Order: sequence, then structure tokens, then C-alpha cells
Amino acid sequence: MERADISRVFRAEYGRAVSVLYRTLGDLDRAEDAVQDAFAVALARWPDDGPPPAPAGWIITTARRRAVDRLRREAVGRAKETEAALLRELTAPAGDDDPGGGDDDRIPDDRLRLIFTCCHPALSPEARVALTLRLLGGLTTAEIARAFLVPEPTMAQRISRAKAKIRDARIPYRIPSAPELTGRLRSVLAVLYLVFSEGYTASGGDRLMREELCDEAVRLARVLHSLLPDEEEVLGLLALLLLIDARRHARADASGRMVPLPEQDRSLWDTALIVEGHGIVRDCLRRGRPGPYQLQAAIQAVHDDAPSADATDWRQIVALYDQLLRVAPTPVVALNRAVAVAEVEGATVALEAVEPLRETLSSFYLLHGIRAGLLARAGRTAEAAAEYGAAAALCRGGAERDFLLARRAALKA
Amino acid sequence: MTQYLLSVYQPDGPIPEPEVMARIDRDVTEVDDDMRSAGVWVFSNGLLPAAAATVLRPNDGEVLVTDGPFAEGKEHLGGFSIVDVPDLDAAIEWGRRLALATTLPIEVRPFAG
Repeated sequence: MERADISRVFRAEYGRAVSVLYRTLGDLDRAEDAVQDAFAVALARWPDDGPPPAPAGWIITTARRRAVDRLRREAVGRAKETEAALLRELTAPAGDDDPGGGDDDRIPDDRLRLIFTCCHPALSPEARVALTLRLLGGLTTAEIARAFLVPEPTMAQRISRAKAKIRDARIPYRIPSAPELTGRLRSVLAVLYLVFSEGYTASGGDRLMREELCDEAVRLARVLHSLLPDEEEVLGLLALLLLIDARRHARADASGRMVPLPEQDRSLWDTALIVEGHGIVRDCLRRGRPGPYQLQAAIQAVHDDAPSADATDWRQIVALYDQLLRVAPTPVVALNRAVAVAEVEGATVALEAVEPLRETLSSFYLLHGIRAGLLARAGRTAEAAAEYGAAAALCRGGAERDFLLARRAALKA
Repeated sequence: MTQYLLSVYQPDGPIPEPEVMARIDRDVTEVDDDMRSAGVWVFSNGLLPAAAATVLRPNDGEVLVTDGPFAEGKEHLGGFSIVDVPDLDAAIEWGRRLALATTLPIEVRPFAG
């Protein structure tokens, strides 16, 4: 078994393992160290023995054993009471949370506790996202740093401070009680959407997507939905993720090159996810309490409803963006609206809509990428080439960057 | 159990009218009573205004005594409560009630050790 495959498994199970170990150990650093130690064992053993039948269970059991080993070393060394006490707890006869050998479903799912902890209002917004990506998404500090265009040491410090805050202020490991839930949820939704986005359009590496992040985000969105079936924005987020995820297999061609939405082979879209997403959007419409995620989901529903790119109901999309701008007046929403405006009113009008966004979004590669496309359609080829170049320079994801450069090359042809 | 300091930050300037102050006093007292009944109360009291403060500054083994509050600023500590609760969420619940009772911002901070 290749190291890359082992990494992939660990990345997929990281959040679950950390969430269970954190419950057992009561310390995030220890929980992460334990899982990292298990990874080292896997790297040594799995190439020869092959992967275990239930990786999640193996990882948690091995991580727990490694944690016990570490605690033994520390407890003996300095006769530390806390370590010794923890050690006694961990080596006691197995309780009902022992993952056992087989069924992954028997492992308690503490991920929801972990995500509410990571998204606690006592943590800064940046810390919440970073911590969720790290602990639940299993991204490295370097990858998270790239995703947010900050230096790695800054991100490392942000994460370490967040963990310290959780420990020092004693942020509890729990799902919030009913009265607090709606408020606490808003932050969780934002973080999940970001995790999904990172999975769908990877900000680093050569792969366009990190499917396990998308799967993680969708899974957590489903869990949230089952916990809070009447929260419209949870429904909205779930629908949004499903409707975008439905297009996953059409997004990259056989060689991993990015295929943009208008050119995708729609027969590769996942009909079941689209049907499910549409159903949720209709449900949201009936409830009549629109919010940003529901509106974004509706936009994707319109896209997914079109049997071909030409059949897309762009006017409806523009109307939905107009509504979205009213509840979420951000530059990025305005930018995405401009793409839809181009389809209805032409590239020149769309370029005018993008103009006021150029300064605010100057370091955002998609501003340049979208503007390049509009300039090309307006016949302003030299400017389009320059913008494709600027976008590629700012873009960290290999597959997207290749796409942008290919577009620039095509201009000259 | 951890002790948390719930500090009330008061803006400088005139205090609210008597009827408003009376309601605030009543609401704060109610929170205080509930803290005691819940067994979480450690200490609480309001402070006299910043004008009643004296500052001591060490300098080379000497201590300089001056009139006035510690920090120059638009807000001063108006009073505080100390609660002994299991975690931050519990402390925030009490802090939330104090914020509504005092109509002022409350800082919730854990004690060391």
C-alpha cells in the first residue's frame, strides 16, 4: 500500500479519530499526537500487512495505545498526577466506547461535539475555520495557511492559540443546549461551507478536488440536518452542497484537468443527488424563510435543472443573485452575479458590474479569472490574456492554474 | 470547577437616571441572588466610580501614589462577580444575564490555577 493511499485513509478518518480521542484524553494536542502516532505505525505496517478491514477502529485503538504509551513515559518521568490519573482511566477495562474490531458504526460519533467546539463564539472567526479544517478536515497547517493566503507560522500560531483558548477558558466538549443552538449554528454552517469549498476546489496540490473533504462536509451537513430538521439554513446548506457535489464527476476530465460548468458532460452528473437537492430546495421555498444558503442552493438548483448549458435559466439565476445580494451584500456574491449577468445582458454590462470590485478583490484569483473570461468575450483579448496570467499567478491549485493558463494560450490560437 | 471573573465595563460620563438605575439594581440583585441559590457565587460587588480610585506605580524601588483610575480610557471597571462553574458555557450563561441586567458589556475570564 502506497504512502499516499495511507495518507488518504488517515485524512478521511482524522476528524472522527481526533473527536473520539479528545473525549478520552481531554486535550486536543494529545488527541492529535495520538492520531499522528497511529499514522506512523500505519506507515510502518500497512505496506506489508495491508490496510485493516475497519481503518477507523484500528486508528482509534492504535491511537489510544500510543497515547497510553506517551502518558506512561511522562507519568514515570516526573510523577505527574494528571498523567497518572489519565493513564488509570485509559487502561481500565474497556467500556462501551471501545471501538472493537469490526463495525465502524459502533464508534461513537463525537464529530458534532468537536465541530461545535471548533466553532465556539469565544474563538475568533479565523480560528474557528482553521481549527475545523485542521481537526475535522485533517488538513495540514501548511494547507490551511495556503487556503487563507497567510504565512504558515501565522496559521500555526492561530491554531495553537485557539487550542490554548479552548483549554484555558474551558470551552466544554458538548453540543449546545436548545436555546443556544440556532446562534451557534450560524458559525458552524459557515465553516462547513468553507470545508466543502476547499474540498471541491483544492487550494493546493495537483488534485482539483479533495473528495474526502467534500464527503466530510456533506456528512456533517447531514448529521446537522438530522439533529435540526427544522432549521431552514441547515437545509439550505445541505441542498447547496448536494447540488454542487452532484456535478463532481463531470468536473475533471480523465487526465484530471478541470472542466468548467458550461462544458461539463451533464450525463455524468449524479441524478440522485440532484433530485434530493431539488426536493430540499422546494421544501425551503414552502417554508418561506429564505436565507443566504437557501438562496445559493436555489441558484445551483437552477443550474442542475438545465439539460444543457444553453438551456440554463439565467434570468432566474440573476433574480436569485439579486435576492442574495440583499441578504449577503459581499463582493464575492456581486462577482458571481456578474457571471450570470453576462449571460443575460452581455459581457460588457457584466464587466461594468465587476469594475467596482477590482480593488477589494485584487488578490482573489477568481476576480481575475472571471474578468478574463468576460474580457475575452468582449473581444478585449490582450487584457484577457493579462488577467488570465494574473489569475494563474494567484491561483494555488494546480488543476485550476493549468486551466487558466490553457485559456490564455487558447486566446492566441 | 473553575472560577471566572465577570467584569462589568462602564462607560465614562453621566450615570443613567434614577428610575433606570433602580431597575438595573433590581435586575443585578436578582442575578446575584440566583448565583447564590445555584451555589456558584464566590464574590460580587459594584465599585465606586473611577474618581474614588488611587493608583500606585512602582519606580526603582519607590512607589508613586496618584489620584485617578489605573487606565486612561473611555470605560472603567464598574464592578464584578466571581462564579465557580464547570466550564465556559456555564460562565457565559451567567455573564449573559449580567449583561442584560446591567445593560453593559461583560468580560468573562478564567482565573489561573
